[in-house]
Amino acid sequence: MLAGRTVPTFTLPMLAAWLLFASVPFWIERVGLYQYLGVEILIWATYALAYNLVLGHSGLPSFGHGAFFGLGAYAFGLAQFNLAANLWLCLTVAALAAAAGGTLVALFISHRRGIYYALMTIAFGQVFWFIAIKAHGITGGEDGLLKIARLPADFGVVAFDLKHNVALYYFVLAVFVIVSLLLWRLTHSPFGRVLKAIKQNETRARFVGYDVWAYKAAALVVSAGLSGLAGGLFAMAQASAFPDVMSLHYSGYVVMMTLVGGGLVSFWGPVIGAVAFFLARDVIGALTTAWMLWFGLLFVALVLFKPEGIAGLLQGADKAEPKRVPRPAGAPQPQPR
Amino acid sequence: MPLFEARNLHLRFGDRVVLEDVSLAFEQGRLSGIMGPNGAGKTTCFNVLTGRYKPDRGKVLLEGRDITGRSPQAIARLGVARSFQIMSLFDEFTVFENVAIALPGLRARARDPFGQAYADPALVAEAYAVLEMVGLADRAEDLAKSLPYGARRALEIAVALAAKPKLLFLDEPTAGLGSDGRAQLAELVARLKGTATIVIIEHDMQFLFSLAEEISVIHWGQVIARGTPDELKANPWVKASNLGQLR
Repeated sequence: MLAGRTVPTFTLPMLAAWLLFASVPFWIERVGLYQYLGVEILIWATYALAYNLVLGHSGLPSFGHGAFFGLGAYAFGLAQFNLAANLWLCLTVAALAAAAGGTLVALFISHRRGIYYALMTIAFGQVFWFIAIKAHGITGGEDGLLKIARLPADFGVVAFDLKHNVALYYFVLAVFVIVSLLLWRLTHSPFGRVLKAIKQNETRARFVGYDVWAYKAAALVVSAGLSGLAGGLFAMAQASAFPDVMSLHYSGYVVMMTLVGGGLVSFWGPVIGAVAFFLARDVIGALTTAWMLWFGLLFVALVLFKPEGIAGLLQGADKAEPKRVPRPAGAPQPQPR
Repeated sequence: MPLFEARNLHLRFGDRVVLEDVSLAFEQGRLSGIMGPNGAGKTTCFNVLTGRYKPDRGKVLLEGRDITGRSPQAIARLGVARSFQIMSLFDEFTVFENVAIALPGLRARARDPFGQAYADPALVAEAYAVLEMVGLADRAEDLAKSLPYGARRALEIAVALAAKPKLLFLDEPTAGLGSDGRAQLAELVARLKGTATIVIIEHDMQFLFSLAEEISVIHWGQVIARGTPDELKANPWVKASNLGQLR
């Protein structure tokens, strides 16, 4: 009974999911879709996983995460133009720039929680978005930062050209696998469990001896850094960087993906959400330009009837409602004095 | 030297004086009690002693060391743990994890982002030892939110106990419990007696008089009487302020 408890580094369903993703380029065109969609889905799935570190795992409602994704995208392009056209360097700069942005924001908001935290993230998100539009000399303003090259993945002995969407897809898949392994590990580490404890009860976590402020700040910095990495990949995929990914609009998309997919109850919820979001966009979008209306209605329905999202639906299928333990007679609610 | 000492604490909220010249001392290994009517300032006093509020004046000393105004987490790390009158658990965690997250062994590794949180059998055994002590070992894998009320009160204490505290503050541990629950809890506290220095805020006189070795009575933010249960039974102040309704 008293053996240590370990969580496997990866599980069979994870392996199965990765294999499924790896098979996508072989059939995606046959089902009437296109290779670039796979790239987009995996980048946003990576982004949503990183985002869920704050929303789902730490209970920090960040509604301005697009700022970090965008910072990564711009940093990738600017590093490529001004430092060196090396993929590893540019991706590192993308992640570090976003982590630096995350640090700056974390310094100002980590003592907040709930709605105040949310409002401050929106405000900061808008600041970054506005700067991206106005700093024309650096970001290209609304015209965007163009002609960002898809740099080759150079491993010294062998280099892969990523100009083709299928090659880029496999590169993005590799990054996705690494990021998801890191985050999986992190959420089961002592650090990750403390975040989860803080999510449930900040006061108690503090009285148990944890520096809640530092943990909340660290969660945002790590999440921002990984979001920036995804942003760097996005700049490479699009061969450009635009301010729109930093807008409140786009920040809302990642929140929707995470919630629709079930990030609050499942580690993989954000991935499910990203897949659902893009399939909805392309499949419903093929039928009507008002696809967002239908996706929005789906979102509303989920929030109303199944706040645990799609992952919650899947979990609900094999798990019955937990039994309610009746409150014993003569045990009233404690009265605050 | 007492293990923990409060010297001349003053605290005001706006123009309302909540603590006025409160001095308390808790000896090593003792079980002390704080009692007083609703709104007397008992919980506020705990909140000052454990770092939630900073006193306007006065000092808080742990083992002679000045810890006035330190943060709750800093005071907790020095070995002062507390439970809450209004239940404060990690509801989505299992009973096991509620305790495990509070163990000093986990806290020491809490910055590790890649290690396994509960892989160490010694840590698991430690958590179970605490659960054993409060009688929750067989419910270790249940979610905290699924426990019945009395068991939640016991878990509330277990989370504080997990820190292996030098000093354990229990804020109205019997709040909301029926007579059976109170009896069980009294039993639990009696078992803990001697293993740690304990300070209990309590409303229930009978509960406190049967357990505590020394009791301080707080009224209107002041300590109006102090002594052993026997001394206090005879204390005119206690009788006069209508506190001593002993059966």
